[in-house]
Amino acid sequence: MAGKRTPLFEEHQAMGAKMVDFGGWDMPVQYTSIIEEHLATREKAGLFDVSHMGEILVKGRGSREALNRLVTNNLAALEPGKIIYTLLPNDRGGVVDDLLIYMLGEEEFFLVVNASNTDKDYAWLVRQLEVLAVAEPALAQVRAENASADYAQIAIQGPAAQEILQKLSVYDLNQIKFFRFAQTEVLNQPVILSRTGYTGEDGFEIYCGRSAAVSLWRELLASGKEEGLLPVGLGARDTLRFEAALPLYGHELSEEITPIEAGLKHFVKMDKCDYPGKEIIKDQMENGPRRILAGIELVERGIPREGYVIAKDGQPVGDVASGTHSPTFKKGLATAFVPPSLAAIDTELDVIIRDKPVKAKVVQLPFYRKKTKQN
Amino acid sequence: MSTKSLKFSQEHEWVKAEGVTAYIGISDFAQHSLGDIVFVDLPKAGAKISAGKVFAAVESVKAVSDIFAPVSGKIIEVNEALNDAPELINEDPYENWIVMVEMEEPSELAALMDSEAYDEFCKEGE
Repeated sequence: MAGKRTPLFEEHQAMGAKMVDFGGWDMPVQYTSIIEEHLATREKAGLFDVSHMGEILVKGRGSREALNRLVTNNLAALEPGKIIYTLLPNDRGGVVDDLLIYMLGEEEFFLVVNASNTDKDYAWLVRQLEVLAVAEPALAQVRAENASADYAQIAIQGPAAQEILQKLSVYDLNQIKFFRFAQTEVLNQPVILSRTGYTGEDGFEIYCGRSAAVSLWRELLASGKEEGLLPVGLGARDTLRFEAALPLYGHELSEEITPIEAGLKHFVKMDKCDYPGKEIIKDQMENGPRRILAGIELVERGIPREGYVIAKDGQPVGDVASGTHSPTFKKGLATAFVPPSLAAIDTELDVIIRDKPVKAKVVQLPFYRKKTKQN
Repeated sequence: MSTKSLKFSQEHEWVKAEGVTAYIGISDFAQHSLGDIVFVDLPKAGAKISAGKVFAAVESVKAVSDIFAPVSGKIIEVNEALNDAPELINEDPYENWIVMVEMEEPSELAALMDSEAYDEFCKEGE
């Protein structure tokens, strides 16, 4: 069954990428090797087709107020040109999705959501806005529009990302600080250019029209040749985000996992208006959650995988949310939900791999941290 | 190394028989589908393996793949080099065997494919 294709599908095929289904999209999982692509991004630069991501525009008078009633972070101080990371909570304190909100203008917001959640998020937003409009006529003008089909998205990440992208951009990239964006042109095409990413490296995400994607992709690859830029598939995108402890929906986040359990309380604010699930989240903030996300490092050989049981003294105490062989640290690492009493650094645990307990310990998250450009 | 003298299973293992001794590894098709191999969960020497049953696992960054015994027998030697360098299987899957066994039933070899039949089998699966 053919999946949805990004405008770069033929580019990936021509480069010999191995394609997989990802949330209904035919996406490249790797071009040559996950390890090679991962290390290129850490040491030089990687280029990612992330056109499958969803884009939703929220517009109209009262947009900021309306959105602020639907998300956990506080949008009160957001300004045009700035971006905020937040969760969209459900009534149970679980998470409908995690997303970036770009403030395009006083009454225009650009929401970037997970590919596989786009339709669900859009339906959720439309429904929530309808409810708000009835309760508060002042917010009745706010509209959501699913603009995903209009945009392609390319990410360039890694220590050489800025140098490579600057060659194609008339805009001085030093002007774009971390979690800021500019609406400018690259190769004479209008783009949104933000210093954001999903790898733990410095880098940019570029939103352009679908028809502009192929030339931008090719020019970036050519521009980055001498710096060692490689195209990177979803395989390394996952290991990169995992080492940086950036959550992946369906693993560290779901409708049944609260932001507090996922270790994201930094993106949850209480000194703001009400939002779905706020009381439940507040209770967990004050009294502690029943389980919490911990970093796990195997002490013995092996690779922890999603769903593997975590045990303490022979008793199951939790399970692995994400796990892999870390290309940077060359060992088996995992994130896992465990009781808070077992989440302290250096706590000894076992991961059950093929019915055998394998020794592991709790370590600090993120596994990998690199400085990004701050204000 | 030529694969002409090898026998293959439908689960993509290969066997090289020398009398009652058999070397067992995974095929080039298998290593290629897995991608970067980062861990081989090796069995112990002395253990028994039986045809069609899992006796080891090979893990890439992305996935774990069970390895099925193509023939039955007792493990004489395991390739310990794979503990420190599992990527050897990517580099040369036919040089880098996983276990060497003493076959119990060499007649089981007859049920396996020769290299030509195996190549056909891989093509059909694509």
